Amino acid sequence: MSVRHSFRLRSLTAACAAAGLAGLWGLAPAQAADKVKVGFVSTLSGPSAGLGVDIRDGFLLATKLSGGKLGGLPAEVIVSDDQFKPDVGKQLFEKNIKRDKVDFMTGVVFSNIMLASVPEAFSSKTFYISPNAAPSNLAGKECNPFFFAVSWPNDAYHEAAGAHATRKGYKNAYLLAPNYQAGKDSLAGFKRHFKGKIGAEVYTKLGQLDYSAELAEIRAAKPEVLYVFLPGGMGINFIKQFVGAGLSKDTTLLVPGFGSDQDIIRPVGDSMLGLFDAAHWALDLDNAANKKFVAEFEKEYKRLPSLFASQGYDAALLIDAAVRDLKGRLDDKDAVRKALRTAKFASVRGDFKFNSNHYPIQNYYLRVVGKDGQGRLVNKTLGEPIFRNHGDAYVQDCSMK
Amino acid sequence: MSGLLLIEQSLNGLQFGLMLFLLAAGLTLVFGIMDMINLAHGSMYMVGAFVAAWLVELTGSFVIGVILAVPLTGLFGMAMESTLLRTLYARDHLSQVLATFALILILNESVRMIWGSDLPMSAPAALAGPVELMPGLSYPAYRLLIIAVGLLLALALYVLVARTRIGALVRAGASNREMAMTMGVNIARLFTAVFGVGAALCAVAGALLGPLFAVQVGMGESILILAFVVIVIGGIGSVRGALVGSLLVGMVDTLGRTVMPHLFREFLPPQMASAAGPAVASVIVYLLMAVVLFVKPEGLFPARG
Repeated sequence: MSVRHSFRLRSLTAACAAAGLAGLWGLAPAQAADKVKVGFVSTLSGPSAGLGVDIRDGFLLATKLSGGKLGGLPAEVIVSDDQFKPDVGKQLFEKNIKRDKVDFMTGVVFSNIMLASVPEAFSSKTFYISPNAAPSNLAGKECNPFFFAVSWPNDAYHEAAGAHATRKGYKNAYLLAPNYQAGKDSLAGFKRHFKGKIGAEVYTKLGQLDYSAELAEIRAAKPEVLYVFLPGGMGINFIKQFVGAGLSKDTTLLVPGFGSDQDIIRPVGDSMLGLFDAAHWALDLDNAANKKFVAEFEKEYKRLPSLFASQGYDAALLIDAAVRDLKGRLDDKDAVRKALRTAKFASVRGDFKFNSNHYPIQNYYLRVVGKDGQGRLVNKTLGEPIFRNHGDAYVQDCSMK
Repeated sequence: MSGLLLIEQSLNGLQFGLMLFLLAAGLTLVFGIMDMINLAHGSMYMVGAFVAAWLVELTGSFVIGVILAVPLTGLFGMAMESTLLRTLYARDHLSQVLATFALILILNESVRMIWGSDLPMSAPAALAGPVELMPGLSYPAYRLLIIAVGLLLALALYVLVARTRIGALVRAGASNREMAMTMGVNIARLFTAVFGVGAALCAVAGALLGPLFAVQVGMGESILILAFVVIVIGGIGSVRGALVGSLLVGMVDTLGRTVMPHLFREFLPPQMASAAGPAVASVIVYLLMAVVLFVKPEGLFPARG
């Protein structure tokens, strides 16, 4: 046996002994973690990539600003792309949870992808912090102790828009959405809080490009307010054509917050001026956390943050605050849940708290597109909040208390 | 539904149909003459729109931007044909579909690298609003421009194909490629030229629709499907078929979305009518295609005799 070999053997024995001792010391309730691992799965390629990229950039900005740490522990964020495919999302969740052994999962934009993937987290008791998708089924009967929505309940923007239309005293509304489940849910949300008369409720083909036919009908119907839920490119097309048809003079167009965000404003351009929408966050919300976020985001990425960026940033802040309260006890699931529920952090949206179904209770604002000091098109809040401390309509069906 | 509304919807259908024609004309010639399935045809439409939006911003003039974008995109199409696509003519359709699908992905990401995922583009201020055609009927001025340009190009293409020597070569190539080659037609040069014209027509459509639709990555794929429906209805390889097919699809799609719900409301209880209307409207174009294929499997105006 060579000298070198025996030396190696000896050091190995010593290492084993040391490890054993460390194990003994660590027998206290749970071993303190020395870092936080987060699995971040989002849509980062293809035509719908913009939203996922914003969530990622917001999330990574928050970790960067706290020195690469979450809750005082070094953070490792594993970013991967679900390619806008539910099956890919599911596989990535499985990989992050089983192989990388992450403490938290987050990131997904689209509810269909999240609903396909999130059972992986639930069955392995991994917490999922949703920075966007917050469908109504997970708020009610199927609510889950491992799910936290740090964004806004699916119906909330539509409810706020309906409440705003009622408050303005509009008598006659015209509704338009694509013919699929989320489209029908959105108009149901609007109607829940709108007291006036619904002139017509029109459902168009998903992915429709040209809205000239619908616009002609709207011109003939002469509604006071037009509420439109058309996500992504459909919304861009509709707003351009609505303004081109000269309808903006007689009819007020109202959209949910994401229908009038930075990613829509950029391709539409000046036609956006004066467009109203409802959202839980805006660039100009007057609180210190938001001012810091907007300034740092612009400095880091040379563009203005969107709603989605603010949601990604808040998701990181939530994890940061919970981990700090836990003092490293990341294995104690009940303690983690309690820490997430009661986490105290300065959200960029201002005050908010979790309901018993882990969906937020928060304010919703009316926003209007105008120009900022540098002549850029931005969303600005207008007047008092539409809703204060607003929850969701499904919480009573959730068995969590 | 009033008469005025019907007129307005017919104009909408005409406008949509003419834009589809600009896309379908190139697609049908490439498919008919070269026997090549080019899925990346929609990408030419996207490239045209991006180049136009970029040039409009750069030059500050809508007219100059659009007019420059058309030949530039045509040249780009010709360059692509003579470097990449030419090698695919001898392959089977499956290889062509795979290769041109790859080309879609490559072009999408290249455009994203150059210009980002979208560009703003709006109509010139003079055409931004509606004009009153007759009392009670106002119509967006910009859409009237699209109709005018569409009709003009349809006419020009008709003259080119039916009345000129180049047109005769194109028709010869479409109806029997081998025979045309034996008769001494320089097929390689003809193919490049046809491809360039196809790409230029795509650019016209992309540039003119830019102020109405989103100029964004992936815009070509959504409209390509309708262009394929058009050429199947019209008969592959026939420009006349593409025109008739486009106008049919444009009209049926537009009127299906508007007249159909009114009709259903007459005959059905409101609950059923509101569910059936959008459902039927979204498949009506494909129903039309199925009926045409059943009655005339070669399309309405088959190029091959």
